[in-house]
Order: sequence, then C-alpha cells, then structure tokens
Amino acid sequence: MELLSGGEIVVRALKDAGVKYVWGYPGGAALHIYDALFQQKDVEHILVRHEQGAVHAADGHSRSTGDVGAVLVTSGPGATNAITGIATAYMDSIPMVVISGQVPRDKIGQDAFQETDMVGISRPIVKHSFLVMDASEIAVVIAKAFYIAKTGRPGPVIVDIPKDVTAPDHRVPYEYPEKIKIRSYHPTTRGHAGQVKRAVKTLLAAKRPVIYSGGGVILGDASAELTELTKLLNFPITNTLMGLGAFPGTDPQFLGMLGMHGTVEANNAMHEADVIFAVGARFDDRVTNTPSKFCPSAKIIHIDVDPTSISKTVAIDIPIVGVCSTVLRQMIEEIKASNDKTDKIALSDWWSKINDWRERHGIYTQPRHEPSSGNIIKPQDVIRSLYKTTNGDAFITSDVGQHQMFAAQYYLFDKPRRWINSGGLGTMGFGLPAAMGVQLAHPDAMVACVTGEGSIQMCIQELSTCLQYGFPIKIISLNNQALGMVRQWQDMQYSGRYSSSLYEDSLPDFVKLAESFGHIGMRVSNFDELDDKMAECFALKDRVVFMDINIDRNEHVYPMLIAPNGSMKDMKLSKTERT
Amino acid sequence: MRRIISVLMENEPGALSRVVGLFSQRGYNIDTLTVAPTDDLTLSRLTLTTHGSDQVIEQITKNLNKLIDVVKVIDLTDGAHVEREIMLVKVKANETQRAEINHCVDVFRGQIVDVNTDAYILQVVGSSDKNDAFIEAINYADILELVRSGVSGISRGEKVLKV
Repeated sequence: MELLSGGEIVVRALKDAGVKYVWGYPGGAALHIYDALFQQKDVEHILVRHEQGAVHAADGHSRSTGDVGAVLVTSGPGATNAITGIATAYMDSIPMVVISGQVPRDKIGQDAFQETDMVGISRPIVKHSFLVMDASEIAVVIAKAFYIAKTGRPGPVIVDIPKDVTAPDHRVPYEYPEKIKIRSYHPTTRGHAGQVKRAVKTLLAAKRPVIYSGGGVILGDASAELTELTKLLNFPITNTLMGLGAFPGTDPQFLGMLGMHGTVEANNAMHEADVIFAVGARFDDRVTNTPSKFCPSAKIIHIDVDPTSISKTVAIDIPIVGVCSTVLRQMIEEIKASNDKTDKIALSDWWSKINDWRERHGIYTQPRHEPSSGNIIKPQDVIRSLYKTTNGDAFITSDVGQHQMFAAQYYLFDKPRRWINSGGLGTMGFGLPAAMGVQLAHPDAMVACVTGEGSIQMCIQELSTCLQYGFPIKIISLNNQALGMVRQWQDMQYSGRYSSSLYEDSLPDFVKLAESFGHIGMRVSNFDELDDKMAECFALKDRVVFMDINIDRNEHVYPMLIAPNGSMKDMKLSKTERT
Repeated sequence: MRRIISVLMENEPGALSRVVGLFSQRGYNIDTLTVAPTDDLTLSRLTLTTHGSDQVIEQITKNLNKLIDVVKVIDLTDGAHVEREIMLVKVKANETQRAEINHCVDVFRGQIVDVNTDAYILQVVGSSDKNDAFIEAINYADILELVRSGVSGISRGEKVLKV
C-alpha cells in the first residue's frame, strides 16, 4: 500500500471524493496541506480574499451543480471567518465539506497562537463534525464527511485537522474506503407505501388543492417528477424562495412565489385551500405568517427527507419521510394506477377563482408599481431588463434585501439550480462569491449577481479573485444609497426614522472601484439607457462588469404579508392598499 | 408532561456536547442527565428527563435521532419501565435526632453510609418521586448537602435498547 503523509492524504482523499476545486485561504496550521496541494494537479485550489468568500463560493458551486462543495481554511481566524458561510449553507441544507487546520495536538487547549475550538464553535451550524487525531484516520473521515454531507438532508460537515497530523515526515498507508457504512446513520429514501396511498387519495379528492414546493425539490433533483405530477393533476403550484425554478416559472400553472413577498394569488390560494401538498418545504415563518392562522381549512400532506421538518411549526395530517424524487415517483405511479380521478368541475371553479386574483392583483398580469421614467428607475424594471437581456436563461445569484425579493419576483426561473440565494440565513455578501462558484462550474454560462450597494460591500474584496481566475460575472447593483429593506420597514413601522440605514454621500464611486480591480464599471442613471447598457454589459462576455444602477429609493417591495398576527391572506399591496 | 428518554450513542468525544447543545439550541429543557459507557465500550447510554408538550417531545426524539452520533433513542415513558435515581444526603445528626433519622431511612429503605460525630450521609435509591418524598420526610433534620445522580431507566419485559 502507498505511504503518504497526512497532508498528501487530505489532498488525495479530496480527489478520490470527486473534488476538482477547493476554495480556500492558507495559513500556518494548513501549510502542510497547501504544500501537498502545490505538488499535484488533480485538485485545483482557488485563492479567495476572505474565508467567508471561500465558503459562499463552494456553496454557489454546490447549489448550481448538486456536487459537494469543498473548502480549506486555516485555524483560528481562518476558521471563524468561515462560520458565516457555514451557517448560510446549513440553513439552506447545502452539501459541503470544510477542512480546517488546527493547532498541533499537544497545543490544543493551551490557548495557542491562532487556536479556536472549531468543532465547538461550529457545532450548532453543521450537520456533523470531526476532529482527526491521527493521520491514519484522515481518509476514512473525509470519505465519511462527503457521504454525510450529501445524503439524507444535506448540510455542511467540518473536518478539523491538527497541524502535526498532516506533517510530511510521518507517512502512513493510504486507502480510500470504497463504501461507507455508519451504524448510527441510515437516512430514509422511500416513502411509506400506506402513506403514499393515503396522500394520493386525499389529493385526488381535493377541491381546492395547492402544491407548495421548496428547496428540497431542488436539492433532491426532483424537478422532473414534480413537474410531471403537477401537470398530471392540473393543480396550481407555488414555490418558496428556495424552491424557485423547481417548476417552470413561466408555466400557467405556476402562481409565483408564496410567503412574505409572495403573490396575492399564491398566498390567497394557500389560505383558502382544502388540501396543501408540501414537497421539500419546511413551513418557514416567512411563509406561514402566524402559524395558528395558517391554512385554516386545509388537510396538509408533507414530503420531507428530514423527519424533524415534519410537524415542527405546523401540524401535518399526512407525513411522508423520504427523498422527494423517489416519493414523487411513487405517487405518480399510484395516481396512474388509481381508479379515482381528480374533480374536474371543482378544479375548474378553483382555477377561475385563482385567475380572478391574478387579474385583480397579480404582478404578472400588469405592473402594480409606478412606471419608470427619466431618472426615476424602478428596481422591478431593472430585473425585467435583466430577464429580457438574458432570455431568462442566466444563473442569478443574489444578496439579501429588496433587490433579492425583486429578483425572486420578476426573474422567472424555468430551470432548477438557476436561482442561487441565501434564503434561510439571509446573508448579505453571499451573492458575489456564490457567483464565482457558479461561474467556475459553468464557464460558458451567463452568471449575474443581483445585489445592492449595501450587500456588495460585504464581500467586495472577491472582485480581485474574479480577476485572478477570470470569472466574468455581471454585477447588477441596485443602488438606492440606502439599506433598502431596512428603510422599507422604517417607513412602515418607525414613521420614517431612518436609523443607520442611509449612507449620506459616503459611498464609493463603484465605476472607479470596479476599474481599480481591473474590471469594467458602468453607471445607469436614466431609464432610457437601461436596456442598452444591460445589453452592452452582457455583450462583454469575458469581463466582469459592475453595473451601478441608480434606482428609486422610495420603492417598496409588495405584496407583503402583514405581521404580527396576520394570516396568509392579509397583505399590503402598496403603500396605501391592503387586502 | 415529564418524560424519560434513553439514548444509545457512540462513545466518542463531542457526542455528549452535541446532545446537550441540541437542547440549549432549540430551547428544550433538561431536568436530569446521566451518561456512562455500556457493556459495549464503543457505546454510551445517556438517560435524560425532560418535560414539554407532546409536540415538543416528538421534536426532541426526532432531533436526537438526527444527530449522527446517536444510534438509538427511546422514550421510556411510552411503556412499562423501571426508573432509579441515587441520592446522597448529608444531614446533621446529633444524639437527639439520630433515632428519628434512622426510622425515616428505614421507611424509605435507605442506608446510612457514613457516620460522623454530628453528621450522617444517607443513601436513598428510587424513582425521582420517592426521592422527593424522602427529602420532604427528612426535612425536620438539617440537610447540609444533597446530591442526586439523575435518573437512569430501563424498559420492563423483553424490549431492549441495543445495536
């Protein structure tokens, strides 16, 4: 058997786990591993400018491909800088392995230089973690980490390795395990047959059904099954923020996103439904509004791979634990074999009602905001322009705030893994590094980061990484010189007292800033030039273009659920109207 | 409602902190906690008592099962079971009090495990309820110090918690 050092084993095990790219940042405790990386060509390392960027990039890579993201950081500050990224991945169940250097074994617990208890700090935000105390364990631990990260409900796994365990002078036999078996870990895949039968019976008898699907469908690669089942039943379907693209956004059966900034037709349909079919969604508080008022007359069917997601916030009538694609396939077969048929008359009435909501309040039947004109550019129109210019076929990453909601509402995703955003944790700074991960995985694709002048500054250092590795990302920055979503809440609930949400002429010149990083900057201040500049931006295929678009700072995101104590049908439709 | 939950988990560093962390992270209660290796040294058996609504207890058992280090979880309160807790009580025991303390210890089938000039250490083994009752009964004496092990439990009959 081949003898390798711990550092070499880390790299070789990554290769054997199928990793081509690892995102990271070197430092003392990780130097043996970095030296091993230098001496081979199978695993390429991408040097970011901040560890948070490394984790978001690996995350974006994973979200756009389904592969397990890989990250390498050093101990202490390297590890703590990665924490926000790990929490982001954890909240959205993104498969990822983060390898962190640790101080040498005999220094652990001594408050050594750059020591931090990484396993302890990360414990609440990881699926699992390992501290490797012997070089002979590295390969098995890395194999287990990848297996745990991608199976069941995916999530980030930490492998913390003390420096002396990776030392070049200690060599041990290397063998990557072919099969991983963990006696305490057996994720369920197939749905319980009896529950599947009950669910199908309930669905076929429904008079006012809604399919409510979430990120689990995308993570479980179940879009094809979801689309087939939805078409088979002719049911209305809504997606969560994390689920956009799981069902084609331009399909007439799609009601748009639901929840806090969901459409009226989606939220009303949920509230009035008699059967809710939740697939890979977790009844998040941004969806349900007040849980006790959630879907008062609905029987709820819920498919989820994670049993703890079932009946966590809302009681479920028919739970099915299993992988979305497998369970949906079981259900399709059951529907086809069943003698029961859907109630066509009831469904037709239900569709009329939904279409009436669409006509009266829908954001896709006509614009519900003031038009853009001259130097008043509405953010919604920027997303429309982006959609047109990219033919709806780009990968869109986003940061967090108003721009994120406008992008989710107005960019209609027809394919899964195209909409990449931090839904659960809501991490500002996610968009740009995530776009790097997407672009690396899809070198020829259009990748745009929709952001704001607030969010982009949280990881703006990654513009330098983009130059070094040639990631031609298009940055669509909706600049309203304010923290837009904070300002919106301050308008609504704090009588317009803009406590620390305004930049007061302190913003950098983003055009010059982009140029100083070696990229192209463009400013758009007039609506008439928006489409042309957008086209110009995407014509520059090989360059990073930073579009600094001055938008109307008074615009709010609507519809918006009324909280606290509201149900899903209680929405603000504009600054003056509500349902 | 009070529950006794038994957890079989890998006897590995960090496993206990994941269990304890889960409870604090999700706002669940731990009333008592005991943990020790089993006859199979690769496994630890952890018993905890908690209270909460049925919905909360269901989430607790599901979240425990979700931890990678956890091999098996049972809620002992779901079926017939034996629960025991050991309690050590140091009480002032001068000449005039000794007879009454002896009597009380006899009634609760406890033992006097250490005798000093003016203090006894009493040992009582039983369910938490019985131990509570003993504290109540011995209250007339001066309790100097009291330590309870936390509950251990096991199912009655053929049901076993094993790999």
